[in-house]
Amino acid sequence: MIELDDIHKAFNQGQPNEYWALSGIDLTLAAHEATVFSGPSGSGKTTLLTLLGCLARPTRGRVRLRDEDVSGLPERFLTEIRRRTFGFVFQQFNLVRGLSALDNVMLPAYPLGLPYGQLREKAENQLASLDLGHRREARVEWLSGGEQQRVAIARALINDPEVIIADEPTANLDTALSRQFLDILTRLIDEGRTVLLTSHDPLVVESSVVDRVVRLRDGRLVDSAA
Amino acid sequence: MRLWIARQRYLIDFTLASLARRKTKNIGLVLVFALLVFALASVTLLTSALRQEAARVLAQSPEVLLQRMVAGRHDLIPPGYIERIGRIRGVQQVEGRLWGYYYDAVVKANYTFQVAADDPPPAGRIVVGPGLARFRGVQAGNVLSFRSYSGKLFTFTVDAVLPAESELVSADLVLLNEADFRAFFDYPAGHFTDIALSVANPQEVRTVATKLAAALPDSRPILRDEVLRTYQSIFDWREGIALALLSAAILAFAILAWDKASGLSAEEKREIGILKAIGWETGDVIRMKLWEGMLVSLGAFLLGYLAAYVHVFHFSAALFAPVLKGWAVLYPSFTLVPAIDGLQVAPLLFFTVFPYAVAVLVPIWRAAITDPDAVMRG
Amino acid sequence: MRSGLRPSSLAASLIGLLIILFLASFADAGRLARQRAGEQATRGELAAKLRLTDLALFTEARYTRHLSLADLHSAAQDHPLSLEHFPSGSLMPPPAHLRNHAPLDRQTTLPD
Repeated sequence: MIELDDIHKAFNQGQPNEYWALSGIDLTLAAHEATVFSGPSGSGKTTLLTLLGCLARPTRGRVRLRDEDVSGLPERFLTEIRRRTFGFVFQQFNLVRGLSALDNVMLPAYPLGLPYGQLREKAENQLASLDLGHRREARVEWLSGGEQQRVAIARALINDPEVIIADEPTANLDTALSRQFLDILTRLIDEGRTVLLTSHDPLVVESSVVDRVVRLRDGRLVDSAA
Repeated sequence: MRLWIARQRYLIDFTLASLARRKTKNIGLVLVFALLVFALASVTLLTSALRQEAARVLAQSPEVLLQRMVAGRHDLIPPGYIERIGRIRGVQQVEGRLWGYYYDAVVKANYTFQVAADDPPPAGRIVVGPGLARFRGVQAGNVLSFRSYSGKLFTFTVDAVLPAESELVSADLVLLNEADFRAFFDYPAGHFTDIALSVANPQEVRTVATKLAAALPDSRPILRDEVLRTYQSIFDWREGIALALLSAAILAFAILAWDKASGLSAEEKREIGILKAIGWETGDVIRMKLWEGMLVSLGAFLLGYLAAYVHVFHFSAALFAPVLKGWAVLYPSFTLVPAIDGLQVAPLLFFTVFPYAVAVLVPIWRAAITDPDAVMRG
Repeated sequence: MRSGLRPSSLAASLIGLLIILFLASFADAGRLARQRAGEQATRGELAAKLRLTDLALFTEARYTRHLSLADLHSAAQDHPLSLEHFPSGSLMPPPAHLRNHAPLDRQTTLPD
């Protein structure tokens, strides 16, 4: 579904602190699978996620989404594709403080101009399916870590994307909540979505939910064991 | 179109929720902004109303007024002066006027004593202006005494009080007949204060004035045109208190705009980063902020203007009364006829709403164009 | 946000209300103008009858009371260097006809 072709990503190009986060990545990811990108910090996992999810463009190489080359698209089209196809769950959750859980969940869909009642219902359903219906009017800063993550997941799902991308999802969770997260993951796969994760948490990497582990080191692939 | 409206509504939802987080600060901002607009709009409305008032009410003032100058100061018209005018062509009527000032030491007020040419009151009786009547608490039938400049006490009976609605032109008037006037002020016989001339043809007025000036070199003609123009520059923004107010207002607006334009808080930057990351385009972010600027400034402008309108036309600019009164003791009570000059209100709208809306945009420009992945790196 | 009352609805209503009031103020101005026109006419008639040349706004001093008749040196009447000391002097600039000295530009006749 997603193809990476000789991908290189550099930061601060041309400056003394030029840094190549990724060098020569060739990768093909299948749909309806859960893939984990694993590796030490600085290996380029997060950068890889941003390229896969059309959040950033590669310095060199091509990204193909369903056989369509997306690396050269202008911002507007890229943003639209990203909105439709991908849902992001950030490591720091990145929820907007001062707004309720419900508002945060609806936020990504604001620029689309859907009818308000419809959007609100969708958001309420998402939160309900994650056992947060009773907390939907609460301000996000009052929610616990686990609740915040579920709000972040609900937000990622609001536009009904095919692919869910999560960066170090269990980094701030205890074991019980981590298992809870994996359950949610299973459900997402069952719904027919594709999941891409980064993690160095053995609980995730060695879980049965995960179909494939891709290892990275210093911006390169190490091996791709299924 | 409907889609566009739906999208703007969402953007407005977000920006208002964002503003609501610092409710006190933002409400204070709107109020200060509105207060500035209130001050400027009040002056604007008062000014245009008074200017129109003067233009209409004084439209019938004498075509030419002749004053005599001695050593650069206003002096009396001596006997024989009027006769020298009579032969100038175009002059329809020549009338010597008698009027002067009286300082009432008891209440420390200035009155204008005037001989009513057309309908003088009978001997020993006066007609007073409504301001004076109110101030001294007199009505028709009461008695008023004045100590003349020669030391003698004169007593007059109030024949009538001029109508209350005429107060803006007659507040301090005391009308009497010629004999009483001359006796009271010890005015030399045959002398007048100045001369009012009526000229039939308005286009001849200037010519007549030039001839007068030539015939009577120590005179100073004042044309009706000039009288009317005197009041067209009342409260001019380029002068005195109005200028001080305008400067202070501009400075205050500049400070507000500078505060907005000088940068975003870390919180705001983070928020914009999140919006970009979850799928908002640069254009969406910018439009959202523009709505913020427009709603705040337009709301404040409307509030300020409405308050100013009510203040000036329903409360007779009560807040400005102390300024207008100055050191005077007698201040006319008046209700103004609204005369709203669109050419003064429109610039006020334009120069408050747009600069602020733009100022809001300045700092977020950079934040709005950040890469969406910045929030993951940061 | 409670359901049913979006901030944008509240804002739209508020601004809408203010705009309506704003427009209403012009209608009110028209109404008041008509209502008070009679009073203004009374003032005009009185001014015509008494040959008045000034509004009785500033009764502090002679030259502020009859501004259009003020002479060139009124403000400096105490002595040549005296400064403006009445507040209304800062509200009303000296009349234009004092500022261009035109009446003094006339043919001179030489003394014998």
